[in-house]
Amino acid sequence: MIKNVFLSILLSFVFCLSSCQNSSKSSLYDGSGGTAVPGSQQDLNTSAGNFVLFKLSSNQLDDNAIETLKKQVDWLKRYRYINIIVEGHCDERGTREFNLALGARRANIVRDYLVNSGIDSARITTISYGKERPTVLGSGMEVWRQNRRANVIIR
Amino acid sequence: MISICNIGERVKKIYKILLLLLFANSSFAVTKVDITRSHIAPLPIAIAEFSGSKNLGDYIRNIVIKDLESTGLFRVIDKAAYIEKENIDSIPTFISWKTINASALVIGDIKESNQKISIHYKMWDVFSQKEAGNNNFSGASQENLRRIAHKISDDIYKKLTGEEGYFNTKISYVSLTKNPAGAVKRRIAIMDQDGHNHEYLTNSESLVLTPRISPSINNILYLSYENHLNPQVKSINIKTKSSNILGHFKGMSYAPRYVDNSRVLLSIVKNGISNIHLLNLDTMEQKQITNCTSICTSPSASPDKKQIVFNSDAGGSRQLYVMDFDGKNAERISFSNGYYSSPIWSPRGDLIAFTKIVPRKGFFIGVMRPDGSGERLITKGWLVDGASWAPNGRVLMFEKENGPQMGKQIYTIDITGSNERVLNTPHEAADPTWSNSLD
Repeated sequence: MIKNVFLSILLSFVFCLSSCQNSSKSSLYDGSGGTAVPGSQQDLNTSAGNFVLFKLSSNQLDDNAIETLKKQVDWLKRYRYINIIVEGHCDERGTREFNLALGARRANIVRDYLVNSGIDSARITTISYGKERPTVLGSGMEVWRQNRRANVIIR
Repeated sequence: MISICNIGERVKKIYKILLLLLFANSSFAVTKVDITRSHIAPLPIAIAEFSGSKNLGDYIRNIVIKDLESTGLFRVIDKAAYIEKENIDSIPTFISWKTINASALVIGDIKESNQKISIHYKMWDVFSQKEAGNNNFSGASQENLRRIAHKISDDIYKKLTGEEGYFNTKISYVSLTKNPAGAVKRRIAIMDQDGHNHEYLTNSESLVLTPRISPSINNILYLSYENHLNPQVKSINIKTKSSNILGHFKGMSYAPRYVDNSRVLLSIVKNGISNIHLLNLDTMEQKQITNCTSICTSPSASPDKKQIVFNSDAGGSRQLYVMDFDGKNAERISFSNGYYSSPIWSPRGDLIAFTKIVPRKGFFIGVMRPDGSGERLITKGWLVDGASWAPNGRVLMFEKENGPQMGKQIYTIDITGSNERVLNTPHEAADPTWSNSLD
């Protein structure tokens, strides 16, 4: 038990070293100025990545997405007590109801990947926000590319 | 040459010819959309000042003028041009109205006694010199005077066009405001068709979307994210503002649409897959209608309740399908280049309105017949979506963004593509839904 605690502190120290070099974006998630608390949202964001992107109208996972998901699986296996929400999102260039459906597809394919990789499905809740919660405000190809995503949020 | 048919017939004829012309050209090219707008000159009519009570008369007359002019079909000649002062009980001096080019003349009279108001109106066809409308609204009070005025508008509109009026209707929509931190707050709002009696029905910080008014105009269904782990369709009573979750489904429920007062079509998500279900509001029994493996959503029943139009990506891209009410015989009806969604069946049954996205060309609102023929795009925008029909099936209301970050507003448009106009709302507005006519 004590060994485990020690190990996780050690691990988090290692992860902190790598994560502290990351962008200031991470400081949005806690007030500690970039030091990721092990098992925190910020830790997930920096050590695994908390989102995957999708192509236009698509709910298919590309190589980049799978690379991120593999890291998420590792992270979730490390913090077995953590439950997550997978949010499916779309860009603003679609219709409201269809995008709710598409967001649900995106959240679900991420959930399926995690479950097939050994994460207990009871730990995962999915939700679709359609096009109603863009992560980047504004318009244009780059903005839309970043908004077609599935986010993993710690419950 | 004076035409022998009366004005009503003339307006009806113009409407018919217009619609025939539009539908004759069924192989419609997208690029032509901007030039399909068929403008007809509004018919000039005169509405004399009401006798009996100047205050009440002006109040009613102004409402009627605003209603009729909002259709784009009529222009009410300025009263300063009127030569004659007419009495409701006598035959008008037609030559005086002909001189100022009025096709029809409306005369009104108000009688007040013991807080009760009665309004009598008559309409004359100036060319045929015949009575074209005559109705008495008694038992009016200060409180329902706006509704009586809208009823007069409905009456005049019906006599002149042959179609039911839509001036005694409600509109519900999602109002968007930004708090100082920049977060968007959405509230379900309801108001009269002309923007009066505006009221907010919800005041939650959580997301609300897609309100739908019940045929009885007692309740509104909408998608609520109050349960932030499982968004569900809620029902709110317009009068009491009490609300409840509809059903309690395991997955997200969304895209609700009334079939009648006791039945609702909606989509339910299971394992990321959206299927269409029918929910009986009296028994709370539910039945899955579609068996899709990807997305089946945005159901809308035909007015005869025999068929359902819906949106699906079953064939690889988002298209419109029509199926029987039990889910059998689903057939794709949209085929031209582009992606289709948000279908809604006209209350007349003759047309289905939809949103169409054409790559590199933009967003369109269009209509087609239920068999997919006669597709016609009636308006375009940087983003247009969420069409809703006036109860007479002649006018559409929809959400529009004129450009990136320019905000959402509600517009109305005649199905001929003419008379597009913005609806005044206190803030940004999305997701309009149009009610039936009130009694």
